[in-house]
Amino acid sequence: MNIADGSFFVIVGPSGCGKTTLLRILAGLDQPTEGSVDIDRKSPAKPINSMVFQGESIFPWMTVWDNAAFGLKARRVANAEITDTVKYFLDRTGLTPFADAFPHQLSGGMKQRVSIARAFANDPEILLMDEPFSALDEQNKTILQQELLRIWDETRKTVLFITHSVDEAITLGDQIMIMTAAPGRLKSLLTVPFERPRNVIEMRANPEYGTMVREIWQYLAEEVSQSNAVAPRKQDISNG
Amino acid sequence: MGSGLRTDRLISLLSPMVFLLLWEISGRAGFINPQFFPMPSSIFDRFVVLVANGELLKHVSVSLQRLFWGFVVGALPAIVFGIAMGLSTIVRAMMAPLVAATYPLPKSAILPLILLIFGYGEASKIVMVAMGVFYPILINTASGVRQIPSIYLDVGTNFNASRTMVFFSIALPGALPSILAGVQLGVGMGLILITIAEMIGANSGIGFMIWRAWQTLSVETMYVGLLTIAVLGYVLTTALVEMERWLIPGRRPA
Ligand SMILES: Nc1ncnc2c1ncn2[C@@H]1O[C@H](COP(=O)(O)OP(=O)(O)O)[C@@H](O)[C@H]1O
Ligand SMILES: [Mg+2]
Repeated sequence: MNIADGSFFVIVGPSGCGKTTLLRILAGLDQPTEGSVDIDRKSPAKPINSMVFQGESIFPWMTVWDNAAFGLKARRVANAEITDTVKYFLDRTGLTPFADAFPHQLSGGMKQRVSIARAFANDPEILLMDEPFSALDEQNKTILQQELLRIWDETRKTVLFITHSVDEAITLGDQIMIMTAAPGRLKSLLTVPFERPRNVIEMRANPEYGTMVREIWQYLAEEVSQSNAVAPRKQDISNG
Repeated sequence: MGSGLRTDRLISLLSPMVFLLLWEISGRAGFINPQFFPMPSSIFDRFVVLVANGELLKHVSVSLQRLFWGFVVGALPAIVFGIAMGLSTIVRAMMAPLVAATYPLPKSAILPLILLIFGYGEASKIVMVAMGVFYPILINTASGVRQIPSIYLDVGTNFNASRTMVFFSIALPGALPSILAGVQLGVGMGLILITIAEMIGANSGIGFMIWRAWQTLSVETMYVGLLTIAVLGYVLTTALVEMERWLIPGRRPA
């Protein structure tokens, strides 16, 4: 599989199929048993990847500002640049009024915004996002998807976004890869035809959207029936 | 609800007073032997005398200084080694058997050896406190670091944080509640050990004051010494609880 520079690449697959594992291998947090990962670096000064984790990953003992600045401080970026960058991304994520707040004072959606701001501010070659919105309610999810698209339109970073939601995959991605049930294999690459900038809500009214949802579900259903034919497997429906 | 809380407070204020009153009455009525249990009023009289002639303050300040330096000498390495043990399986494998073997040794049993090595000066007392403080803080720090959710350490790895940054920005603040719990245990241990050390190997300090009082059979002074230690323990613990609020801003209620 290949991910083009500057694209928004989505992998969609059922919970427990190994999406987090795949991302952790790409992030260098786990070692693969086989296979390899290559990431072309445009500038050696930039970090290779920054991850937005599935669970709560912002530090409870740091303010929103310090959390967002974490990657830049780790890279020993000059203070003035840290200030500018953090300011920009806190602004883009609507977090400026909460810069001095601690995570326990924030809602779940706000916490994920901090995590997103932290990853974007670090300015990596590729952003790895592991179901960042899966724990949010429907409304917050929609709002954050729209915000993410807006920030992405401004920065055009390469994003690898992982989700179990077919809707989310279509809403966000340029390309969608479907991951099969455990043990996950990648199959069928689909290109999403919708233009950018996208409106998360309006695009759902587009008949092409419905076609696409159906198409992906068909792939997934095929996969499920195939794996059921081989060996009945208990599906893990909870978040992996 | 508010009145219930006030009743609780009132009871906890009144119960020691009632106790002291009963003690006083029993003493005056001759139910208890004042040679062993001098009446609160005579203990208070002695307290006033010891404060007025400056003796109590002198001994307390000497003991507090020893406690302070013992804390510095014991707590800092305990936190550093504890974090290293919590973060690294290699350091843990190296240190765990040493800690397990030396921790259960009664520190008071080492006092003669310490006096032999460090003499009768301040150093021996400071080393005693340091040893008492070291273990609870080391053990609590190491377990506190291991209890930090692994996702925070993953963030450190993913963002390429240096060792120093992982230490100061993740491990130390993440383990801080446990570290402070260890410090609190350490205060108790430090008070016990400084008293023992001063009884045997010093000519100043609150432990020395109690020991000399026993040799001169001035029972009231012994009680003043005991009460002073109790108050010191209470004040230090309360101060630590307050400090904890300031040191852990992330968990301070909004
Ligand atoms: N390729 C694989 N082969 C065997 N086990 C795997 C593989 N990928 C993932 N797993 C295991 O499956 C479980 C769920 O994986 P995870 O990555 O958390 O799933 P997801 O994020 O898709 O919900 C984990 O215990 C993981 O170790
Ligand atoms: Mg997962």
